[in-house]
Amino acid sequence: MDSGKIDQIINKHNADAGSLIQILLEIQNENNWLPKEALTRVSETLAVPMSRIRHITTFYKTFSLVPRGRHEVHVCTGTACHVRGAERVLEAVEGVTGVNAGETDPDLNFSVETVGCIGCCALGPVVVVDGEYHGNILPAEITKVLQDKK
Amino acid sequence: MPRINSCAELEELRQEILSQRDPNKPCIAICTGSGCIALGAADVVTAFKDEIKEQGLDIKIDIRETGCPGFCERGPLLVIYPEETCYLRVKPEDVKEIITETVLGKKVIDRLLYIDPETDEKAVKESEIPFYKNQMRLLIGDNIKIDPNSIEDYLAIGGYSALAKALFEEGPEKIIASVKESGLRGRGGGGFPAGLKWEFTRKTSAETKYVIVNADEGDPGAFMDRALLEGNPHAVLEGLLIGAYAIGAREGYFYVREEYPLAVENVTKALKQAEEYGFLGKNILGSDFNFTVQIHQGAGAFVCGEETALIMSLEGHVGEPKPRPPFPAVKGLWGKPTNINNVETWANIPLIINQGADAFASVGTEGSKGTKIFALVGKVKNTGLVEVPMGITLRDIVYKIGGGLPGGKKFKAVQTGGPAGGCMPESLLDMEVDFDQLTKAGSMMGSGGMIVLDEDTCMVDFARYFLNFLADESCGKCVPCREGVKQMLNILTNITLGKGKPGDLELLEELAEVAGSSALCTLGKGAPNPALSTLSHFRDEYEAHINEGRCAALSCKELIAFYIDPAKCKACGACIKDCAPEAITGGKKVIHVIDQEKCTKCGSCLEACPAAFGAVSKMSGEPVPAALPEESRNLG
Repeated sequence: MDSGKIDQIINKHNADAGSLIQILLEIQNENNWLPKEALTRVSETLAVPMSRIRHITTFYKTFSLVPRGRHEVHVCTGTACHVRGAERVLEAVEGVTGVNAGETDPDLNFSVETVGCIGCCALGPVVVVDGEYHGNILPAEITKVLQDKK
Repeated sequence: MPRINSCAELEELRQEILSQRDPNKPCIAICTGSGCIALGAADVVTAFKDEIKEQGLDIKIDIRETGCPGFCERGPLLVIYPEETCYLRVKPEDVKEIITETVLGKKVIDRLLYIDPETDEKAVKESEIPFYKNQMRLLIGDNIKIDPNSIEDYLAIGGYSALAKALFEEGPEKIIASVKESGLRGRGGGGFPAGLKWEFTRKTSAETKYVIVNADEGDPGAFMDRALLEGNPHAVLEGLLIGAYAIGAREGYFYVREEYPLAVENVTKALKQAEEYGFLGKNILGSDFNFTVQIHQGAGAFVCGEETALIMSLEGHVGEPKPRPPFPAVKGLWGKPTNINNVETWANIPLIINQGADAFASVGTEGSKGTKIFALVGKVKNTGLVEVPMGITLRDIVYKIGGGLPGGKKFKAVQTGGPAGGCMPESLLDMEVDFDQLTKAGSMMGSGGMIVLDEDTCMVDFARYFLNFLADESCGKCVPCREGVKQMLNILTNITLGKGKPGDLELLEELAEVAGSSALCTLGKGAPNPALSTLSHFRDEYEAHINEGRCAALSCKELIAFYIDPAKCKACGACIKDCAPEAITGGKKVIHVIDQEKCTKCGSCLEACPAAFGAVSKMSGEPVPAALPEESRNLG
């Protein structure tokens, strides 16, 4: 990620250290993950110690300090999805992608995450693949969806 | 659009908008909330737009993309005005017929209506569907009437009239008195009287004060706030403006969780429009009230729903809670007095100002006034968002509105209050739902998640699920929560794995007592509740796990086995085909047998076995019968 783009995001927030989380979110949106050089740039420009940036980027679930796969799979494991079989759906997702929850494959094809709740509780179990919602999904159905993205 | 500079101009504009609208002109209102989108609503909208264009009907028919009206189970859904015909589970293939038959031909298409599964009666309008009929939709009822991205739609249904009344007729003291008299209690979970909270912040002498909308709806199994923000963002903003004016704040924040992209988008648009029309910025509606709002996105941390953690996060730190006092009303954001309310609390404010405190307080119970929105989910037929008057019974919600449990399953419990809440068993189904009764029953209102559980849910595993969630989300700052929750989780996990031992339950209760009384914030204080409440109502299930190695719900993998009844097996091969670990032996005309060593207990065989045979069953707490000898397995 080029530093010009990072500076642009920082300047949008008036280089205000109070907007640190918003700045990091925007960098991640742009780049898909947070490379060390980007964090260093933010640290220097905002005069915020790297320890605080590390603290924040490891505390909040959204941030990723490693490159993410081309396909992002989010399996909802919220309560409503849990009681309707989210665990089996997750097993199917891990099976077909070969990626465990919280991990990315070496080819950077799939990143699999579990999420606490995405608020589509009425349609559980729900899986979000590249931003597209799949509600009331069965293990066999999600396997098919992901097979096509291999 | 020029800014509106007075009450009179606001009314003029409203009349102008209404005069341009023909109430008899057909309008198709389609839900494009996240739930319906997940079910394919976007394709339905596109199909309507294409069809209308193709038939050259652009000026004759309006399309309105709305927020969530609640009946997610039957989405994508739409309502056709002026007749208010309500169609459910609409597909793009239905679009042409809907336009020709219903919109132009004024004929109802029976197959798209709601049909009562018990009486076979058809419901044409929303208001005739039992799911809606038994609700009181003062807040989410507006969602289907407006396009959340159109401030004109909101103005057309009387939007911002409460703000005008607050600014020019009532003044801060009277507004706070009204909110106090209305009896409105915080909808985020705490249930603290909103008017009192406002008064604390108002009475501080500080020059700078802040107001915040807490939209960090993190409870798994709850999406009320999301539906309000996505579907009617201006109502929340109007409530915030009234509160800011009464409290004396000039700056406000929407703290929205990052997992709700559509809510962020719709609020962003609403703020922009409100500014253009003069509802935000300097000299709002020509008064001397100035107010600006910013949106701040969360970054995925459940604890940030707690108000002191939320403030830390807004300031750009990790979301670790602080001890209270000092309360945010005294020392909040950037050290200034701050009033935080939940989305639904703010959305109730315009209602109170418009109707008056008495009218608002006429709904509900002695200690809890108004309505409450619940996310009715889990093992219930009609899942979705329901708004009900406080004091309705659990039975009415689950059976009259929810339609009971699917698949003929037996009711086991209702869980409310999110991860820190509790379960109500069947014996409590007739209790009245309000803040105090739920607390008395060992649960709590929480933000409004209501999860129905049937006989297939293991209560030990259910408690383990919440403790697992909380252990993961604990910020780690205080020991009782960081270590206590983890130890409780270990015990529960062991029990579900069949490794429970005598004394576990007593230890669990002791840990719960310590964590509950000494943790820093509500996350840790409430963390023992799932265990304590299931222990108090379902202790027998815990004991069966520990003493008999039996899971009554047949759900804990380590304690169950799958078994094929040789007397029922027709050797059809269906289960063999679906068994991924190849644990089933047998063949054509040879009775199938599961190798228990190889079985991963995925349950595929149970689903694969044709219902007419029903040969596969689950068992727990008893030995699996020995397989038939090879020679007697042949069905010849």
